[in-house]
Amino acid sequence: MKRHLLEAADLDRADATLVLDTAAQIDQALAGREVKKLPTLRGRTVVNLFYEDSTRTRISFELAAKRLSADVINFSAKGSSVSKGESLKDTALTLEAMGSDAIVVRHSASGAPHRLANWVRGSVVNAGDGTHEHPTQALLDAYTIRRRLGRLDGVRVAVVGDVLHSRVARSNVWLLTTLGAEVTLVAPPTLLPVGVGAWPVEVSYDLDAVLPKADAVMMLRVQAERMNASFFPSAREYSRRYGLDARRMAALGDDAIVMHPGPMNRGMEIAADVADSVRSTIVEQVGNGVSVRMAVLYLLLGGAPA
Amino acid sequence: MASSTEPAPGQAAPGALLAPADVARVVDRMAHQLIEKCAGGGGAGDDRDSLADLVLVGIPTRGAPLARRLAARVEAFSGTPVDTGTVDITLYRDDLRLRGVRALEDTVLPPAGIDGRLVVLVDDVLFSGRSVRAALDALRDLGRPRAVQLAVLVDRGHRELPIRADYVGKNVPTSRAQKVRVHLAETDGTDEVVVVEQ
Repeated sequence: MKRHLLEAADLDRADATLVLDTAAQIDQALAGREVKKLPTLRGRTVVNLFYEDSTRTRISFELAAKRLSADVINFSAKGSSVSKGESLKDTALTLEAMGSDAIVVRHSASGAPHRLANWVRGSVVNAGDGTHEHPTQALLDAYTIRRRLGRLDGVRVAVVGDVLHSRVARSNVWLLTTLGAEVTLVAPPTLLPVGVGAWPVEVSYDLDAVLPKADAVMMLRVQAERMNASFFPSAREYSRRYGLDARRMAALGDDAIVMHPGPMNRGMEIAADVADSVRSTIVEQVGNGVSVRMAVLYLLLGGAPA
Repeated sequence: MASSTEPAPGQAAPGALLAPADVARVVDRMAHQLIEKCAGGGGAGDDRDSLADLVLVGIPTRGAPLARRLAARVEAFSGTPVDTGTVDITLYRDDLRLRGVRALEDTVLPPAGIDGRLVVLVDDVLFSGRSVRAALDALRDLGRPRAVQLAVLVDRGHRELPIRADYVGKNVPTSRAQKVRVHLAETDGTDEVVVVEQ
């Protein structure tokens, strides 16, 4: 593994498989134990540097670091010197001066973690940057698919919805294709990025045609906060064409799973009864996220300092 | 991989310390010792161990198949099946920062767990004792055995911690410059123990 985890596109098949295998071993080692703690990163400090709101990713990273016995500092832009105008670079250098070994960063600007990686000596983990990438989400999605379906090679994954604004979709496209899965993007033309033709994926505008062939359906959140224009006529129309409801779910194969990175807009991209059905891996994904992030932190910080 | 026919470089070659037949004999002897310890008349009182309480927990890589073999021999000699498990110690090592990260291996405990039972840790070579310490730390997180003992195929000396083995297949005086390689059929295709000069 490299020193940083900045994007899923960086991971080759061996590295990605190593992360998933390590996560599986950690899961196995911790299963059914009372003390869910390992001494591996004792004395190391992980800073969660969050410039954007987050529930599950921040808590998941915090829990992962704590279960490995690292010290965790949570930093959110609100209530910090960022509101006095301190730059990302100065903030990062300040944190490093206090002895952080790794910085987990979420930022609204695509590429912020890359800049950060040039400024600090420790490891940088991208926890979501703008509309660019969210590599640990893709890793936990791949881990969930592998656990449920037993393989990734040749698995057909439909990624449905707001691809344009989704860093989750981008990371999943790179990671899943690296691991041998076949990805189909399903979205209205207005919510597909320019240049999607160069991605290693199929593109469709018709959800009903794609569903019967899919082994896993990944519903994306409609990111209203990033939408500065009207990308579709109305929520109702979007939901009718691209939402996953019980009727559409019935078209899925017997073993197909339904995924969502969260947070969900119930009733918009996914119906409540679908989200709570047995096919849904949404809660499982959250649990797997902790193991996968433990694996990432172990592989980046566990060995000899680079 | 060094084989027993190849002359070891350097000084007088000790060559293969144990051939396949020797490994089998040593494992058989250790199995008998375990049975004696657990089923024999210790006469010390009520807390005598029984084979049903015994769990053989291997330390990967080669401790794991060794534990399964020991269990199979114990069962063959005593007629009582013995639980086995493996405990990966990678995340508990004290030298993680000195080397690159390593891939993890299996941690599997028997369904009945290890609480209140006699756990015998099984490893191939006992050297500094640091692996055993890491395994003891791991066990502490996994449950509370009634007692923990240690069985090793080869004890090569040079302890760095106050740890000793309860069951030893073979004591081998070595120098620090030498390496002791244990090969098992399950992991390496053949059973042998070789001392290699560095």
